[in-house]
Amino acid sequence: MSEVLFRELYRIRHVEQEVARVYPTDKIKSPVHLSIGQEAVSVGVCQTLRADDIVFGTYRSHALFLAKGGNLRAMIAELYGKATGCTRGKGGSMHLIDVAAGVMGTSAVVGTTIPLAVGYAYALKMRGSGALVAAFFGDGAVDEGAFHESMNFAALKKLPVLFVCENNLYAIHSPQAARQAKSNLCERAASYGMHAEHVEYGDVFTIRDRTAAAVSAIRAGSGPRFIECMTYRWKEHVGPGDDFAAGYRTRAEAEPWYARDSLNLIGARLDPAVRARIEHEVQAEVRDAFEFAESSPFPGHEELLTDVYGVA
Amino acid sequence: MTRKLSYAEAIREATEQEMARDPSIIVLGMGVDDFRGIYGTTKGLVEKFGSDRVFDTPLSEDAMTGVAIGAALAGLRPIHVHIRMDFLLLAMNQIINIAAKARYMYGGAVSVPIVVRSVIGRSWGQGAQHSQGLHSLFMHVPGLRVVAPSTPYDAKGCMASALRHPDPVMFVEHRMVHFQKGVVPEEPFTVPFGRARTLAPGKDVTLVGVSHMAVECLRARSLLEQAGIQAEVIDPVSLSPLDADGIAASVKKTGRLVVVDTSWTFCGTSAEIVTAVLERTQGKRDVSFARLGYAPGTCPTTKPLENLYYPNPQTIAMAAHTLVKGEGTRWEPRTSEAPEVVEFKGPF
Repeated sequence: MSEVLFRELYRIRHVEQEVARVYPTDKIKSPVHLSIGQEAVSVGVCQTLRADDIVFGTYRSHALFLAKGGNLRAMIAELYGKATGCTRGKGGSMHLIDVAAGVMGTSAVVGTTIPLAVGYAYALKMRGSGALVAAFFGDGAVDEGAFHESMNFAALKKLPVLFVCENNLYAIHSPQAARQAKSNLCERAASYGMHAEHVEYGDVFTIRDRTAAAVSAIRAGSGPRFIECMTYRWKEHVGPGDDFAAGYRTRAEAEPWYARDSLNLIGARLDPAVRARIEHEVQAEVRDAFEFAESSPFPGHEELLTDVYGVA
Repeated sequence: MTRKLSYAEAIREATEQEMARDPSIIVLGMGVDDFRGIYGTTKGLVEKFGSDRVFDTPLSEDAMTGVAIGAALAGLRPIHVHIRMDFLLLAMNQIINIAAKARYMYGGAVSVPIVVRSVIGRSWGQGAQHSQGLHSLFMHVPGLRVVAPSTPYDAKGCMASALRHPDPVMFVEHRMVHFQKGVVPEEPFTVPFGRARTLAPGKDVTLVGVSHMAVECLRARSLLEQAGIQAEVIDPVSLSPLDADGIAASVKKTGRLVVVDTSWTFCGTSAEIVTAVLERTQGKRDVSFARLGYAPGTCPTTKPLENLYYPNPQTIAMAAHTLVKGEGTRWEPRTSEAPEVVEFKGPF
């Protein structure tokens, strides 16, 4: 099991590091909100989901997209703006989608996909499908009215939704304490009538196990559940660099998160030969995806106005 | 076929028939399952189709719009009902940032076939926040379809089309057209979007009326007949796509255009219609034109001021008369207030 988790975590980390490495070449002309440091949340949650379960995410969703099984080649090609991208070059990094993998969309406007997840869950419940929807969002989205409206409706209708709050302490550069009178998001979720729990240290095993319990309860008809996973964004809000020099946060705040990084901890425990093999395989896969993106064509000019409307 | 239905009954019948045809259609919104049933337009639906498919909602326009979109992404066809158009302002993020854009920004991978119904209020002191016609806001945004039929026939046909359409459709109603009666076939039928309807023929001036103003334009046409002027009255029916070619064809014939909107003129539907017509007639036909709409302010509640706020058959006819006969030929026909406005009793 550790091998699977290591592979998933390493794959996302390596993809993001490659994005950061390529970014200064300006081949990727898309604002990238890197997931480095936050991989354990997406990986831990998605390990418990079925293929027919659905996820909705945010503009920082490279990790979620990959953890849910989104097509890596299509994702990298999308960052490059190529016709082979997952939205054919129309959406970029902030609007990833892979319908076949159950990644039903990410959005650049904070909080907007939370009610979409709830509505999708309404349809699943109405059909008696047995699948569920995981709504990923950050601590910033909790400030939005749509979050509260969505929690209320999901609880009212006992919908199969797992609300996953990735609390990385900041909305862009605004700390949670500057925006919220109380930091205990679980109390708010519980007040809507749903089970809520808090995972403090971003450990992938804990996230996976707590989520597994929540997912079982949801499938058994408990209605929605809320899980707040504390995590930490290692890079700047958007872009490939560090930003500790900017003054709004300190490297000292980040150090404990580096020390408890699930990828490093699991990797250190793996048989070195196994670890090397996994890393080698992942590197080859990622190299292939970047080569695919590089060699893919840009969309033709005729694509400018395709898919504004459907065919009536 | 002479069976007559009210506009409200026509919407209800289309909804019921389409729901029977397509089990993916659901109806949600504040009060859709209550004893009033949105002026009768949703009455009986919950009894027939059950509370999974017809349900009341919290007062959460933003999230409930997102819920409708999410359900559409999962293959349902939600009708989200707002008893006043003003409330759509609480749903703009989901409508414009997601519904309008999802197909494009996700590269054609998804569709958002939702129908957003909203009712423009008028009379009995509806005032600042219960009488706004905001259709031009939605016409502005690519990805949305906007329809505002004025007759019961088109209401039924457009609702059926909306419920078979692949895109989000803003279905604009007016409280004062809910009462209009007209011939409506019982069997299901559709009215295509993007085709204007000529409600009455004429050769001297083209009157284009949006929603309730199409009704008022027909009354203005009767007044103009007293002055020997034959007005052609056109209901655009669909505002986006707009049948600019169809309207321009009428104007090429008459050379005169009066556009009357149930909203403000500045940056509004009337501005778009005039521009679209002139783009098609310039260099070919001299066109004189006028626009009428809400007075350029906030809607007052007191009756004497409210009466001044709206175009009426008299002001419409006078504007058309001036175009036909020229400035300095002041003519003031006698008219009475629209019966549906007189007869409307609040408070709802």
